[in-house]
Amino acid sequence: MTTDATLRQTALHARHLAASARMVPYAGFSMPVQYAGILQEHDAVRHRAGLFDLSHMGQFVLEGDGVAEWADGLCTNSVAGMKPWQARYNIFCNERGGTHDDTIFYRLDGRWLLVVNGANVDKMWNVLQNALPSSGVRLESLHGKRALIAIQGPKSVEMLAGHVPVDIASLKYYFCTETTVDGVPALIARTGYTGEDGFELFVDGDAAAGLWENLLLRHASQGLEPCGLGARDVLRLEAGMPLYGHELTEEIGPIQAGQNWAVKLNKAFTGRAALQSQVERNDYRRIAGLVMSGPVPARDGYAVYFGDRDAGEIRSGSRAPSVENKNVATALLDPALTEPGTEIAVEIRGKRHAATVVPLPFYKRNK
Amino acid sequence: MGRPQDLLYSKEHEWVRVEGDTATIGITDYAAESMGDIVYVELPKVGAPVRQFGNAGVIESVKAVSDLFTPVSGEVVEVNDALENEPAAVNSDPFGTGWLFKVRLDGGARPAGLLDANDYERLTAE
Repeated sequence: MTTDATLRQTALHARHLAASARMVPYAGFSMPVQYAGILQEHDAVRHRAGLFDLSHMGQFVLEGDGVAEWADGLCTNSVAGMKPWQARYNIFCNERGGTHDDTIFYRLDGRWLLVVNGANVDKMWNVLQNALPSSGVRLESLHGKRALIAIQGPKSVEMLAGHVPVDIASLKYYFCTETTVDGVPALIARTGYTGEDGFELFVDGDAAAGLWENLLLRHASQGLEPCGLGARDVLRLEAGMPLYGHELTEEIGPIQAGQNWAVKLNKAFTGRAALQSQVERNDYRRIAGLVMSGPVPARDGYAVYFGDRDAGEIRSGSRAPSVENKNVATALLDPALTEPGTEIAVEIRGKRHAATVVPLPFYKRNK
Repeated sequence: MGRPQDLLYSKEHEWVRVEGDTATIGITDYAAESMGDIVYVELPKVGAPVRQFGNAGVIESVKAVSDLFTPVSGEVVEVNDALENEPAAVNSDPFGTGWLFKVRLDGGARPAGLLDANDYERLTAE
């Protein structure tokens, strides 16, 4: 296994190496892309549960009386309207209506936690610093200090329940609570990025390895498996969730990515005018789901055609075990072609391959 | 997994079994393992000429596309059609049912520029 001295290591690095995970550089960290294999890990999350190290993601703490009002001017979804202990998906845009980052706000006891994508930590730190008012808002980064472990899958409630002193089953979706896990102080949120039920556990870096080991040890017999970023990407794609750098970029905004529900045009925020104009013109290329007819997977960057006409571009693509094991993809498509059932073609190594537009998400769990 | 001792290996992690003037080609357990779950294999056409260390196709795992190189020159005489339905055989049995294609060797000579099993073992142990 190669080790790159310029890469940072999460608090769980030694656990990943001990489990022979394949490590790759990601967002400046050495991160596990897979353990037993993407398909096996995917299966664990869909049917049992999987454990993810997400400590590369950025964690910013926002404090002060002015946080909600200030933040509302920077992002598309409402911050001030959040209830205590609520979590909410939110998007930071540039002036052109493209995306700086997609994030989650957690409203804590007098503070807010903002979780940003690992690849965008420095950019988002600068976005926030440059917009900081002279008083009323304090900003602190816990990036690389506090770990983030996700447990995701239908069995995550029963697995986690014995480790926490509160009734974790009653924690509502997109809410969080400050409690302990195995006696260690933790913020636990019922959030995730897999399309399954699950939790995200924010714990001090020093406590992370012990917690990780104990969860795996205690629940391996129930099918809990460590999972890497590879499985996570397949899971989120099936669940129709955008990934920054693919469905959302500085050039692709939240309306184009179909995240209209998280854009509140009735408040003032950076990029609002551009997004309002997009909605009114309704002529923008937008993200649509595709299912390939044949065995060849579509991949990020491949060209999409309707007849002989350039119709868009693939943004993500993978084999999808939960979608009848078909090859699925997202494409940034001409608006006239996004009707489900539309037949288009994807160019792969010089040949056209048939695909059909389908509604997103590709996969929805039974609740 | 013990690697067959009677094969030749390339630095790009293909294996070659030479029988008479025909070479059977696959990728090694090391390559299959590092690619992860293989979901699609694009092989050269029967009758196509291939040149040693040149491109011969594509192997796709769940997440990634990898070029397939040929470790020998010659004409493709057979491809493993079973991989259309069972690409995972490349992961589960890379030296057996996961073989990829067969080449009639140019000149019929033992191909040069390849490693024996011991040298390949050293390469992958690094």
